[in-house]
Amino acid sequence: MITACAVDDLPVGESVVVPGDVAIAVFNADGEFYAIDDTCSHQDASLSEGWLEGCFVECPLHAALFDLRTGMPTCLPAKKAVRTYPVVVQDGVIYVDTGSREAVA
Amino acid sequence: MRTVAVVGASLAGLRSVEELRGQGFDGRIVVIGEEVYAPYDRPPLSKAFLAGTLPAEDLSLSDEDFGAEWHLGVRAERIDPSSSSIHLSSGEVLHTDGVVIATGGRPRTLPGTEALAGVHTLRTIDDALALQADLRPGARVVVVGAGWIGSEVASTCRSLGHDVTVVEAAPVPMERALGPVLGALCAELHADHGVDLRLGIGVESFAHNGTRVTGVVLRDGSHLPADVVVAGIGMAPATDWLHGSGLGVDNGVLCDTGCVTAIPSVVAVGDVARYRTPSGSHVRHEHWTNASEQPVVAVRNLLAGTTLETFRPSGYVWSDQYGIRLQLAGDTSGADEIAVIDGSPDDRKFVAEFRRAGLAIGVLAMNNAKLFGRLRRQLVTA
Repeated sequence: MITACAVDDLPVGESVVVPGDVAIAVFNADGEFYAIDDTCSHQDASLSEGWLEGCFVECPLHAALFDLRTGMPTCLPAKKAVRTYPVVVQDGVIYVDTGSREAVA
Repeated sequence: MRTVAVVGASLAGLRSVEELRGQGFDGRIVVIGEEVYAPYDRPPLSKAFLAGTLPAEDLSLSDEDFGAEWHLGVRAERIDPSSSSIHLSSGEVLHTDGVVIATGGRPRTLPGTEALAGVHTLRTIDDALALQADLRPGARVVVVGAGWIGSEVASTCRSLGHDVTVVEAAPVPMERALGPVLGALCAELHADHGVDLRLGIGVESFAHNGTRVTGVVLRDGSHLPADVVVAGIGMAPATDWLHGSGLGVDNGVLCDTGCVTAIPSVVAVGDVARYRTPSGSHVRHEHWTNASEQPVVAVRNLLAGTTLETFRPSGYVWSDQYGIRLQLAGDTSGADEIAVIDGSPDDRKFVAEFRRAGLAIGVLAMNNAKLFGRLRRQLVTA
């Protein structure tokens, strides 16, 4: 479990990057929190800088669209999914559960 | 419509196949591709692929065949709309009901270099492999043209340790798209990284040893020694095979606002398509995004048999040079004002807005993808 940020610091439509061995992007999509790999599965771009619409994020570089719930790309040029991570909110703090990384390929 | 032929198997062709299936076409799709490769991504050819950091298998654009018949390594040589047939280089004649023209284009070559080894253009995997093979340690590189591809090749060659000179006839790189001030900034990027940039000067001739290029002579008489020359001087749409077809061809395949040609069962997409804008002029875009976006509209209109939808370009282009990410969107050509609205060009991180009569019509970002993404959605389109 790693700490992302306080709930108050991630308003609707915003994102934050949690640095680490694998950087993770956490999004507030209309009040729901989602965590995915920050780096696009296509080329080197930070998905946290992408355009958020509903529960999809569009890569800021080549406009590949990822479903935040599944990590699956819905259009070219991405073909591979990004990993998703469970998000836990406790006492006003957002945590990302990276322990189950292997389970959510 | 039972059969659709997609002529061209790059991004625009693949996206057309994807759209045909996505929009419910369950008939026969035949794809004709001149290259032997399945659809692949071209932008990395001047960047990571050329640098050797991205393997060829990662260029592949799709793992699916969409239930289409893929004829690769085959060229369409002639189209006869009266009999709805396409003649192929294999000798076969393909009968079809609908046609998507997605033949792209060929890079312009430098006159007088056709027979010289060491002179390259860059559009295909094979072009990139040939250039890569020529970039031996210590090879001196001269790039002719400081547009997107020329600039990226210069950047990649510098990262590989080569001495690089870039020759550009215009006073600054990418003047038409960026204007003189931001163009000058791109000139600084080259200078920052030790590239010798020669602006406002043309090429006079090429020195050679009989078989191989040895140098480039400029109009002012200066001589640039060169082991490798790369021409980044634009492309010409691949329309020669349409000669005699009755289709309108003028710097591309002429089509209406929905990418439909004079024949409703023939549409054109990607670099080869010169479509009519709502204001009445014809334009052609040579960008990845355009090749990806146009098939949505073109296929809809093809399947409908009439122009139901008008194409609206996003005009989005990106470039990676010297570790800096440039992103441009909109139509910047009619701007009467350019303003830096965030960051600073000196820091190589900023966003500039192109305005006409006070309205934002274009945006350029250097290393600021997030703000760029927001602003490009707010642009006023023509």
